[in-house]
Amino acid sequence: MAKHTPSDPSEAPSAGLFLRNVILKALLLLVILNLGFAKIDPLQELGQISLYNGLFPGRLRLPFGEDFEESYNISILQLDAMFASHKISAGSKPEDEFRVLLLGDSSVWGFLLGPDQTLSAAFNAKGYMTANDKRLRFYNLGYPTMSVLKDLLLLDFAQRYKPDLVLWFITLESLPAQKQLASPLVQYNLEPVQILINRFHLGLDPNDERFVHRTFWKQTLVGQRRQLADLLRLQLLGVMWAATGIDHDVPSSYEPPQVEISDDVTFQDFQPGELSTEDLAFDVLEAGNILMEEIPVVIINVPILLASGENNPIRYNSYYPRWAYDEYRDMLGVEAAERGWTYLDLWDAVPSQMFTDSAIHYSPKGVEQVVGRLRETILRVANQVP
Amino acid sequence: MGLIPILVFLSLSILIGLLARGKWRSWAILVVSVLSLYWLQPAIPIRHLDFWLPTLSLGLTVLVWQMIGSKNAERNRREDGITFAMIGALVFALGLTRYLGKGTFLAPTRPPNPGSIAFALLLLASLSLLITKLREKGLSLANIGAGLVLVCFILLKSQPLAEAVSRGLRVLSGQSSDLASASELQWLGFSYIAFRLLHTLRDHALDRLPPLTLREYLCYVLFFPALPAGPIDRAERFQRDLHSPASLTAKVGLEGGTRIVVGVFKKFVLADSLAYFALNAANASRVCSTAWLWIMLYAYGFRLYLDFSGYTDVAIGSGLLMGLRLPENFHQPYLKPNIAAFWNSWHITLAQWFRAYFFNPLTRTLRTAKVKLPAAAIILIGQISTMALIGLWHGIAWNFLLWGLWHGLGLFLHNRWVDMQRSHPRWFPQRLMEGHPLQVLSVFFTFHFVLLGWIPFVIPDVGQGMRLFLRLFGA
Repeated sequence: MAKHTPSDPSEAPSAGLFLRNVILKALLLLVILNLGFAKIDPLQELGQISLYNGLFPGRLRLPFGEDFEESYNISILQLDAMFASHKISAGSKPEDEFRVLLLGDSSVWGFLLGPDQTLSAAFNAKGYMTANDKRLRFYNLGYPTMSVLKDLLLLDFAQRYKPDLVLWFITLESLPAQKQLASPLVQYNLEPVQILINRFHLGLDPNDERFVHRTFWKQTLVGQRRQLADLLRLQLLGVMWAATGIDHDVPSSYEPPQVEISDDVTFQDFQPGELSTEDLAFDVLEAGNILMEEIPVVIINVPILLASGENNPIRYNSYYPRWAYDEYRDMLGVEAAERGWTYLDLWDAVPSQMFTDSAIHYSPKGVEQVVGRLRETILRVANQVP
Repeated sequence: MGLIPILVFLSLSILIGLLARGKWRSWAILVVSVLSLYWLQPAIPIRHLDFWLPTLSLGLTVLVWQMIGSKNAERNRREDGITFAMIGALVFALGLTRYLGKGTFLAPTRPPNPGSIAFALLLLASLSLLITKLREKGLSLANIGAGLVLVCFILLKSQPLAEAVSRGLRVLSGQSSDLASASELQWLGFSYIAFRLLHTLRDHALDRLPPLTLREYLCYVLFFPALPAGPIDRAERFQRDLHSPASLTAKVGLEGGTRIVVGVFKKFVLADSLAYFALNAANASRVCSTAWLWIMLYAYGFRLYLDFSGYTDVAIGSGLLMGLRLPENFHQPYLKPNIAAFWNSWHITLAQWFRAYFFNPLTRTLRTAKVKLPAAAIILIGQISTMALIGLWHGIAWNFLLWGLWHGLGLFLHNRWVDMQRSHPRWFPQRLMEGHPLQVLSVFFTFHFVLLGWIPFVIPDVGQGMRLFLRLFGA
């Protein structure tokens, strides 16, 4: 074992010099790496590199998770990486496939449901075929935040996957104009969102202060370290996804949605009678329809829990006072008719015992109810597509 | 230990290596080690326990040092007194930070009031004096010291006992005992501190320990880079390095720096990445196929090695920067052709400790006992009991015992195999035995033996571990 003694007298004085050189070179390397990284800005390209759909099976829903140790999933806000991990990115679209995209919030993503229990999985299990022998394949592009602008962003990105039909599940909570920019997914994807706002003249501020701006500092290696770590984590969690088929931790018990609700008549900041068409982002729904051009879009008002408590005459559930929800349904019906949307109102399609922890989360039985109610419309619309 | 403490340690090690000379180096190491003891201690919900546990580590070290005494104690009395006063002042000063704003304490939470700290320091001084008096009367206190350390160890490592202690401490501090849990007693580095204390107590009893000043002893037991994860150095070797006229040179700086960088890469890049899919009790039951189960077991095996050896690299690198060469703890353990070679290269300092203080004395006693046992029986008893104890060191639980027995049995079978080779050389031609294919097969077999042994190590429920074991083979 070498002893720690200054055997060479000339060696000792050089230690300080050596240390200085190490520090200077390290600093120089750090600066070059950071400047180079900021200049090249390879995050988008890195996001497209994925072990999913290769080494691991593609995920059945977009990555989202709050506790990766239990759910083997993380929330990631980069669209390239999100879609690269999804099954929809597995190769080119087969000739015999009729591709159906499902958009929406946590009710579509399947909160408190396994990946094989979601709406898209239940549709796929039915094995629907079109009249010209194409198999309908449903892809879950739901994401658990309430904003139809977030859906439009995902739809815009998903165009490259050549959908044949879009099922857009909405509810009043995801429509208020003031909420559209509140989704982190929207805030993080400034450029594509700004393009959408400007292209479709949406009633939203493209320079809203909630957007995350990518300054030069944020584009450096140090500035992007969290995003890079998340990209790596998503790949590493692919092992557990492949090994277990779990992408969401479903606890054995949870708090059921409130049946006894308050007598509060306000909806967000709105008092009875204050809600108008301008307050809701119908223009975003219209933009989705225009964006898809010839591809049919079916807008579905999702089922909600009809709580049976004492304040049932005042509120439907903890989300909605009756006046607001009824007005919303009326407005949506009128808008759909005037703009020529294909629209289905399923607001009361699921019995209250088929909800899990909230007024818009269904149990597997609830999912079956929705699937049953949509079958006819989907097949009819699908068969109209040339 | 996270990246920030490592960066701080790196900077401090460089500063000590560059600036501190002679005895000032040990003073600097002592101060940083004492402060690190409090800084690295995890926060504990039981009121002030995260201050008292590091204080107890310090106190226990001082008391054991008093118990082992030293032949030239008289000569060093003044210096030892200064050391004692200095650590007392340091602890007291740490306690005074309770009056500064939140976030300024070095301890993980607000320290207790100065009155109780002063009382604890007075108690320590009184106990020290009492031990000195008793020692001067010719009483050997080494066994009492060893017993005290072992009791602390057992209380910590046994889940029901640790829970009972937690409950008691909660009652004492006026907190709800309903929330008591064994996991609350996170005593930073105590396992390694205990080994160092026991080693010096035993060597003192055998008159093999060189005289150590309090400063040297505290530096040895609480040496800050080796606090969280070892290695377990020997006091006489550590003392030699401490006295060497070392200064940081470019060559040593490069070697130490490289070790730290390699260690950080092993721990924070490789091991932490493997942690995402390494086998654990929660994910084991969720796996769909045997192939993935094997992959997760491999991930666990490599994660454990990279994590542990990464920390060791950081400790050795930091030591080098200060002129102290800590012993190696790992040497390519997964590339060894037999289980004995594995244990000579995995957690080397722990294995050496048990060999020196348990296995060798035990087998010596058995060999010289009145009732003559066959050599194989002595080896069996020695290997099994040593490995069982190593298992129990990780925690007093059935799964760790099983892990120890697995390795004990492996070592015994290997010993018999080697014995058979020696007694029947014709059956085992040297060319065949030393041939490349057989060596590769041996490495493969040994690695998988160790790998399967990790199942009881990582799965606390023995039944679940057994089922998992069978699942790996398709059952």
